[in-house]
Amino acid sequence: MLDIVLIGINHKSAPVEIRECLAFDEDDTLKALSFFKNSRVIKESILFSTCNRVEMLMTTPLVNEAIQDAKQYLSDYKQMVLKRFEGSLYIYQDIDAVRHIFRVASSLDSLVVGEPQILGQIKEAYRKALAQKTAGVILNRLLHKSFFVAKRVRHETGIGDHAVSISYAAIELAKKIFGSIENKKVLLIGAGEMAELAVEHLIRNRTGEILVANRTFDRAVKLARNFNGKAIRFEEIYSTLEFADIIISSTGAPGFVVFQEQVKKLLRKRKNKPLFFIDIAVPRDIDPEINRLNNAYVYDIDDLKGVIEENIEDRKREALKAERIIEEAVIGFKHWHKNLDVVPTIVGMRKKMENIVQKEIKKTSKSLQHLSEDDYQAIYRMTDAIINKILHDPTLFLKQNGYHGPSSAPIDFTRKLFRLDEE
Amino acid sequence: MSTAAYLFFLFVQKQKFEKAGLYLLTAGFVIHTSTLVFGFISSGHMPVENLPETLSVAGWAVVCVFLLLHYKFNLKILGIYAAPLATLIMIVSYPLPKVALQNPEILKSLWLSFHIVFIFLGEAFFALACGIGILYLLQERAIKRKRPGFFFRRLPSLNLLDSIGYVCILGGFTLMTVGLITGFVYAKNVWGSFWSADPKEIWSIITWLLYAALIHGRLISGWRGRRSAVMAIIGFGVILFTFLGVNFLFEGHHEVFTRWRDS
Repeated sequence: MLDIVLIGINHKSAPVEIRECLAFDEDDTLKALSFFKNSRVIKESILFSTCNRVEMLMTTPLVNEAIQDAKQYLSDYKQMVLKRFEGSLYIYQDIDAVRHIFRVASSLDSLVVGEPQILGQIKEAYRKALAQKTAGVILNRLLHKSFFVAKRVRHETGIGDHAVSISYAAIELAKKIFGSIENKKVLLIGAGEMAELAVEHLIRNRTGEILVANRTFDRAVKLARNFNGKAIRFEEIYSTLEFADIIISSTGAPGFVVFQEQVKKLLRKRKNKPLFFIDIAVPRDIDPEINRLNNAYVYDIDDLKGVIEENIEDRKREALKAERIIEEAVIGFKHWHKNLDVVPTIVGMRKKMENIVQKEIKKTSKSLQHLSEDDYQAIYRMTDAIINKILHDPTLFLKQNGYHGPSSAPIDFTRKLFRLDEE
Repeated sequence: MSTAAYLFFLFVQKQKFEKAGLYLLTAGFVIHTSTLVFGFISSGHMPVENLPETLSVAGWAVVCVFLLLHYKFNLKILGIYAAPLATLIMIVSYPLPKVALQNPEILKSLWLSFHIVFIFLGEAFFALACGIGILYLLQERAIKRKRPGFFFRRLPSLNLLDSIGYVCILGGFTLMTVGLITGFVYAKNVWGSFWSADPKEIWSIITWLLYAALIHGRLISGWRGRRSAVMAIIGFGVILFTFLGVNFLFEGHHEVFTRWRDS
């Protein structure tokens, strides 16, 4: 029987210096997969590498050799002394490996729990393994199960629901105010790094025109060019506010840049179309009193952090639910994997046939009242002999196949053919 | 039942509860419609002889408008308001005695049927505008207080609530206008004059003016958001008063339709 083994490092086990040395790009991955494919001990393999993790998932009849080979390969290929990174590696076997891959796919093991990209990355890794034909019966099922589990976790828990980064939180808020933020005008006051990040998120959500105002006009022009926006002079802010919808402010000014009185007048001019101020400057740029005006909303950096913290708490709670879903799936997989062997399969086939025989004899016996107990014994002996004869060749085939070196495919096929695994 | 399903939907956020709620509500609506049609055929006029029947029509109108909005805007969460409202109306109407009208002949008029259908559908629109107004205020509060809690996640955006609320008010206003005109024509036919300064008529005009002011304010000086929501809620309060309060407090010719005890 093939065992499942997983070797990896992630953001918890290793610092970035080691992770970046071990990272695999697309070419590396394909090379590694073809290396594993030719390996004597590694039967199936999948490799995935993201900025937070490198994981090798394998099946093997000889666990220790496989682990050694994989480690050695890493060390050779990445030209790094094994000692340097060995301590950072984690190794999981069997159900621990299954659980780990389920957790990773469901984004419970991510740096930001619940972030959705990881599933796509695993799918991509699986696609490569399929192309290289390094995924067999076991890993196919394991990966399909993890996609299924990840989907369930996403649907049945709120793990991915709420924003946990400042810019996501800001966008979520903007969406709750404006509905869609498509074509909303964005005014950037000041050109801090945080502001740039927020604007990038906004652009991804297809906002409308982007205006940039900065004390030094040159910097505004430069930044505006980055976003395909338009630079305006700092003095023009007030007149621009009449047309903007979302304002992100991050100047180094010691006092407020936008005051309540100004906005009050503006709102009348804007016919009360809502205004959303995101103030990520410290000290603050936007007069917090503006939040008291109807149809104007102000969030400063602490407000946004507050929103995020609440969301992080929520995600932790939801993660508990997710663990339960995963545990269920692990048990199911363990059952399937344990039975993916010659003996349980033969036993399963025999049981199935015996059940059928029992049922049929019971049915027929109703119309055969005259038979004695001895007659029945004879009938049972006959049916046993029939079952044995029928199972003889399949048993031989499965066992011989096993001697050639364990291959799960015929066993899996037999189990499917006879429907031995109740889904 | 639909109400229960929507309550589950609010708390659990499972799609299937919402679906169940919608189907139950639609089924209830179909049955209700056929009952009303049957009542219309068997008696030859709109079934508005007494208060329970009138309320039943009101409940029907609320569900009708909600389903309309639902299919148009897919505003699921409004069910949490509409379904209980309709249920409440039906429950209230149930134990009230059904008093027969002394003179059902005056009900047999095409104008009256139009009057009733338009007025009730219009008022149902206003009722939903009020509900949307409440949702708006809840959501606005969540955003302003910077504590996105229970409602923040479950309610749609302010902008969506605001515009659907406005659509409701426009729809309600149009229907109400038509309803009032048909009412005047009917009054002319039955009582001989368009206007008889009956308290119900006066209050209807007040309501109409209130909503006219709201729409005007929005178009001219941009009354949107919070103010619009508050106005929608007040407006519906006035409607409730016009519909029920006036009947009980004042005497007038509408009183015959909403009688709930023998006088």
